[in-house]
Amino acid sequence: MKAQGKENKEKAIENNIEGKESKATSLYSPFSNLSTRKRSGRIWQLVFLSATSVGILALMALLFNILDSTFGYVAYEAKVAPTSLSVDGVVLEDQTKTQLVALLQNTLSRGAFNKLNNEKSFESRSRAEVSALVIERIVKYQVVDSWPLWESLTRSAEIKATVAAEYPLAELKFVSWLTAGTISHPQSSEVVTAGIRTAILGSLWTILITILFAFPLGVGAAIYLEEYAVGNWLSRLIQTNINNLAGVPSIIYGILGLAIFVRALEKLTSGAVFGLVDPTTANGRTVLSAGLTLGLLVLPIIIINAQEAIRAVPQSLRKAGYGLGATKWQVIWSHVLPNALPGILTGTILAVSRAIGETAPLVVIGASTAISFDPSSPFSKFTTLPIQIYQWTARPQDEWRHLAAAAIVVLLALLLSLNASAILLRNRFARKN
Amino acid sequence: MAEKMNGMGVTGFPVRKDSLQKSRRVGETVIQSLLFFTGSFSIFTTIGIVYELGKEAWLFFRLPEVNLWKFLTGIKWQPHIGEFGILPLATATLVTTAIAMLIAIPLGLAAAVYLSEYASKKTRNTLKPILEILAGIPTIVYGYFALTFVTPLLRSIFGSGVVEIYNTGSAGLVMGILILPLVASISEDALNAVPRSLREAAYGLGATKLEVAVKIVLPAALSGIAAAVILGISRAIGETMIVAVAAGAGPNFTLNPFKGAETMTGHIVRISGGDLSYDSIDYNSIFAIGLMLFVLTLTLNIVSQRFVRRFREVYE
Repeated sequence: MKAQGKENKEKAIENNIEGKESKATSLYSPFSNLSTRKRSGRIWQLVFLSATSVGILALMALLFNILDSTFGYVAYEAKVAPTSLSVDGVVLEDQTKTQLVALLQNTLSRGAFNKLNNEKSFESRSRAEVSALVIERIVKYQVVDSWPLWESLTRSAEIKATVAAEYPLAELKFVSWLTAGTISHPQSSEVVTAGIRTAILGSLWTILITILFAFPLGVGAAIYLEEYAVGNWLSRLIQTNINNLAGVPSIIYGILGLAIFVRALEKLTSGAVFGLVDPTTANGRTVLSAGLTLGLLVLPIIIINAQEAIRAVPQSLRKAGYGLGATKWQVIWSHVLPNALPGILTGTILAVSRAIGETAPLVVIGASTAISFDPSSPFSKFTTLPIQIYQWTARPQDEWRHLAAAAIVVLLALLLSLNASAILLRNRFARKN
Repeated sequence: MAEKMNGMGVTGFPVRKDSLQKSRRVGETVIQSLLFFTGSFSIFTTIGIVYELGKEAWLFFRLPEVNLWKFLTGIKWQPHIGEFGILPLATATLVTTAIAMLIAIPLGLAAAVYLSEYASKKTRNTLKPILEILAGIPTIVYGYFALTFVTPLLRSIFGSGVVEIYNTGSAGLVMGILILPLVASISEDALNAVPRSLREAAYGLGATKLEVAVKIVLPAALSGIAAAVILGISRAIGETMIVAVAAGAGPNFTLNPFKGAETMTGHIVRISGGDLSYDSIDYNSIFAIGLMLFVLTLTLNIVSQRFVRRFREVYE
């Protein structure tokens, strides 16, 4: 039946060729116009090549755009001029730690000072830390204007003139928006002190839960489909279902997560069942809900990849196991899974890198927009790296977009290293076989 | 099979007579049922999606402010005055999807033809991973790119009076770049599945490389290419973050790509961005929009799978 279909199809195509050829001869003789035909061939080859290059150009434009925003001139204005903080002619930079602590104590309110002391006592803070506190709490630099890298390099003189004319008090500096500070500071409402630590930790917590949830379920499902339920109607139904789930838009998973994890299972996801409710949250919009939602989202990807890995294990290994009298599960556990593991892990890493970049479902289940404390348990409120990028990009001021670009660099670096490890794993696996 | 072999005593275990009939192992059964549970979990997910979307959408359509006819034909989406017409959201989705496909279909197809028919193995091994990188970049990054690079570019070309800061055009263009690798990779699979003999036959008749590629291979791979295009459309309809960042916040009934308008997905993201209270009309409305998205993309995906199966059946 199949073969016949193939024959028919080939015949149809052959007819097609004949038809086309005869038309071609009637329009122009193939021999006299050979050079024309060859020329149009060369032109179209160029067209095809340039179409392929559009993708590469777009990628380069995207990377340029991000790096362009990550570096550049920034004009800062201090709320309290550092020069006014000199004591006995000693400028701020040269003051001792004791002097700086005294300055903080005199300027800040008693409550604020005690709070800082309670977080970490001033005796145990280094001079650099105290100095950073003085800058953050008293001097309070504010960004008044900022320029991207390309403009900073090409129109440097112009920018300096503008700043001198418009912001006489401002200090112009060439900065990288991506610094150790950007990574280690929590989210804040001031662009100078805002960082992505909260977001990175939120992403890690979420991914941890996603893996714990989706990896066993996905691998189990793949084993069931490949080893137990081969070819019956149920496995066909599950298979079709998984293929369709893989194509459902991610935002639908967000809506599902909102209805099921955040709302219906609120007692579980807020930690009420375990008596572990985070004091800052009273609802189900937690790390746990986010992790489970992303877990559902990547489950089809993990299953499909794991199935391929299991299918690639040679049948002879299973037969050898059975021949030695092993049970089905023993064969799977000790023969099939070890051999399929690199493939399964590669697929899981790819699924994880998909989950790390997901934004829409987490926005829908209600990731918090402005939290400045780190998530500490599955029942914490959270924000993630892509959500932080979304929040900052959506703000109209340029300086937040620079910060978003810095966060994007971190996100892309994270994804790149994940994918590189997946490729290494795959290559090692390919060499072994 | 395994049980029988135990019974035959190949392993040297003592053979019990009854074990020839059945040697049930509790552990094996428990494991098998656990695996069955994990296998059927994806079915629960689907049931969950259909049930939740259906239930909340049902509650939405039963509200006195809403009726299905007005929902499908109304040109105003203004929840605070009780106007729920999906058309402004649907047209924005239509515009972004159309622009995205105008980019992704020709470029993706040309890239597929180049990679499968022209490129040497070495070129192919360089170009393909680059396209795969494009497909792996998170969509929020594309959103950033659309807003901070493509929109200013459009504004400098067409004039900032014509192009609004938020516009469906830049979102659509960038979405096209996002979908390009998807269209290219599925089309390339389809082109590669066309048997070599067809190409050789055409060469034998004196066809040039271009004629073989365009007149022989492309028509033979048509069902696979159709699958790629349909899947691309489904992806464009469901794409969220690019439009949420770059296409504008506010329903707008317009087909002008230089104006801001909110798509169905963009609307869901904006509405649910704050702390959405349950049982509010907004909460129910996102499920109604979600149901439409789900039905639309599911239909497209199923049709696309049919096409893929067809070219697989013919050539593999």
